[in-house]
Amino acid sequence: MAQAAPFPQDRTCPYHPPAGYRPLSTQGPVNRVTLYDNSEAWLVTGHAEAQALLTDSRLSADRQHPAFPMIAARFELSRREPLALLGVDDPLHNKQRRMLIPTFGVKQVAAMRPRIQHIVDGLLDAVVAQGPPVELVAAFALPVPSIVICELLGVPYADHDFFEDAARRILRGATAEESEAGRRELMDYLGDLVDRKAKTADGRTGRGADATPEGVIDELVRERLSAGSLDRDDVVRLALILLVAGHETTANMISLGTFTLLEHPDQLAALHADPDLIRDAVEELLRFLSIADGLVRVATEDIEVAGQTIRADEGVVLAASTINRDTAVYPDPDDLDVRRSARHHLAFGFGIHQCLGQNLARAELEIALRSLLARLPDLRLAVPVDEIRMKPGDTIQGLVDLPVTWGRG
Amino acid sequence: MRVTIDTDVCIGAGQCVLTAPKVFTQDDDGFSELLPGCEEEVGDPMLREAARACPVRAITLHTETFETEPRHGEA
Repeated sequence: MAQAAPFPQDRTCPYHPPAGYRPLSTQGPVNRVTLYDNSEAWLVTGHAEAQALLTDSRLSADRQHPAFPMIAARFELSRREPLALLGVDDPLHNKQRRMLIPTFGVKQVAAMRPRIQHIVDGLLDAVVAQGPPVELVAAFALPVPSIVICELLGVPYADHDFFEDAARRILRGATAEESEAGRRELMDYLGDLVDRKAKTADGRTGRGADATPEGVIDELVRERLSAGSLDRDDVVRLALILLVAGHETTANMISLGTFTLLEHPDQLAALHADPDLIRDAVEELLRFLSIADGLVRVATEDIEVAGQTIRADEGVVLAASTINRDTAVYPDPDDLDVRRSARHHLAFGFGIHQCLGQNLARAELEIALRSLLARLPDLRLAVPVDEIRMKPGDTIQGLVDLPVTWGRG
Repeated sequence: MRVTIDTDVCIGAGQCVLTAPKVFTQDDDGFSELLPGCEEEVGDPMLREAARACPVRAITLHTETFETEPRHGEA
């Protein structure tokens, strides 16, 4: 029997799913695929099946489950250590998430909007002052979420070169060792930060030279670490996932979202004509781009779905890019349509692990994209489109760099 | 239509608030709750969409025809 199609595959167009996923989805909503190590897993491409599976407690997100499938060799060493929130099951997951839900609530995020706008405006001032051409990932797409998550968590933004590089190695390192080294260095860094905050919290040092910015990590230290409901490693692991997920994903959405709008002039014109479309446009870009393209689970019991039986200990991968183009839910799914009410997409996942920071991400994307387009209405690529470098298919999708120009540049 | 929210299940995703902001809000801790005046009967056209959008199925819509809760002191 022929070997099942490989997963993941690289995109050939930055904003479309890999060409090899569509033939699979036309065969049916659930298919066998081959992972990097020649093991097989199930690939889910149907929207209804994905929602059913992601709300099924017989699927586990536990990275330490012996049968948990890894989608790239670089992640193999990560199964040695617990991954907070997205890598644990209830009831532990629920305990961790409930500590953080108040921080990321709709009202709390709404209160952050003026500060996010201020950060975005400051970065755009610098972009304009520098003049064209500008590499937009480094100048704008990455610093917006990086500054925001630093302020929210209480991490000094001055350390951003270090933690952005560590996150890059974790997510895109060439080997498992490189990825693991990035994780280890970030754990050590955040461990030191937690220790400094703990000293301040119990009065051993004042808010002097050693003080760190105040944020969610300080709350975890004061209310959880001191009370014994979390230990030091728990706090460090939560801080790590919040810091990495908080900047890497949104940065990719800002750069890839900008690129995608520039490549769809009619949609860009619609946004210029009616900037209030930005909310729907962001939702549509989330659906269309699906940058977290490969949610991974392992079955803990046999599960019947779409006439197939997923056996206990078999891996299940959900291809968000293809699920979000299911014609049963979205008419003409391959068209970017900023006027579409793109509800029910799985860009943030579904079920208990649906993105904790999704409303913060929406606010950042709305403010960043709206302000960028207003400030530089004739923004355009500074290089031919085929010179834009994309990230490989086995990590969070996005652009490595985005050279842009405007005016007479 | 009557709406109930299982706050033990709610994960604070806010999908209900985004979809039907005239019915749902979040309390100060980020968990979903009904806006004042929506505790009894709601006829918002986005109600079903909001329930469908909930990632953890924490929202239940009750129609009188299919009322299943015990009444008249039944155990």
